[in-house]
Amino acid sequence: MHEMSLCQGVLKILQEQAEIQNYSRVNSVTLEVGELSTAVPESMEMCFDAITRGTLADGAELIIVRTRGEAWCRKCEDLVPVKERFGPCPQCDGVDIELRAGDALRIQELEVD
Amino acid sequence: MCLTCGCGQPGHVHSHDGHSHDHDHDHGHSHDHGHDHGHDHSHEHASALGVTHDPDLSTARVVQIEQDILSVNNRHADANRRFLKDRGIFTVNFVSSPGSGKTTLLARTITDMKAKFSFSVVEGDQQTENDAERIRATGAAATQVNTGKGCHLDAHMVGHALEHLDPDAESVLFIENVGNLICPSAFDLGEAHKIVVLSVTEGEDKPLKYPDMFYEADLMILNKVDLLPYLSFDVDSCIAFAKQVNPDIRILQLSATAGDGLDEWYEWLSARRDATIAARNRAN
Repeated sequence: MHEMSLCQGVLKILQEQAEIQNYSRVNSVTLEVGELSTAVPESMEMCFDAITRGTLADGAELIIVRTRGEAWCRKCEDLVPVKERFGPCPQCDGVDIELRAGDALRIQELEVD
Repeated sequence: MCLTCGCGQPGHVHSHDGHSHDHDHDHGHSHDHGHDHGHDHSHEHASALGVTHDPDLSTARVVQIEQDILSVNNRHADANRRFLKDRGIFTVNFVSSPGSGKTTLLARTITDMKAKFSFSVVEGDQQTENDAERIRATGAAATQVNTGKGCHLDAHMVGHALEHLDPDAESVLFIENVGNLICPSAFDLGEAHKIVVLSVTEGEDKPLKYPDMFYEADLMILNKVDLLPYLSFDVDSCIAFAKQVNPDIRILQLSATAGDGLDEWYEWLSARRDATIAARNRAN
């Protein structure tokens, strides 16, 4: 359940940004959770609700944007979709590939008051 | 209230040399109402200057922040790394499944090498002081961090453990993470290297099943190799799987109990510990 720690990280960022960006209430948080990242969206939702209770983000909507895994295959010299982080290229079955997208865990934007 | 980071999180208790003590924790949040008391009808009123204000004009706005969720952990990790670098302390973060032999390897290494180096250990477990006690029996200082419901150590916990442990300059610090092949991979603790320990009593396809951990590690220690004659574990396949996930991973085969392969491990450790001290001397 490292999603709990990840959500603690999100809350800490929301609290820090409240001073910098001058807001007192968070209505929604948009998170990018890549399909090949280490977080499970359903767990993130549950942990986010639990951890934000009684804080400036109590009741805030969590919007999770899933990004697809994409890798550069050196053999095919092509960007290819990948389903597993270290899985083979779906075109040539080779493993000489470099992940380019889909592993991010990032706060994109907030709606605040 | 914690002095390093000003944290307000209620949480972990550090125990040290048999006694435990909790920190005072300030609240990190205000007790605002979770709902607002807005009118749901609009009413305009004229000001003295004849300007009208709409009180229901929403103040909601969108803020772009684009911050990595792990950025808070990574800040603590950077602080740990600076602290360790300033003291010339070579630090390794050991990760594995439960039961791979991490504590046995650490205790054996300390026993064999303590005449040459000073060691200290941060032990991470969900509960009990057992592993820290096993390490203390070797004569090294150890701090046990109990993560409670947590499945991994994070850099914040390790920062506090370092305050308690106060490791010697030019020593070797071992961090034994919670036995778990998934979660600890995401959390940088400020170490120089992650070492993944895999024992031959597990499946050889662990690197493919839990690739993140093998991707993050610089060294894989294949432990309990003295048991290979009794098992069907395929060493060559295991190494190939690890290299598939991480072509740069270095692999050492050893037995922490029988002693096979330990010389090569001690060479790996000594070379990096010496390089850490040399880097500190150059910086000063």
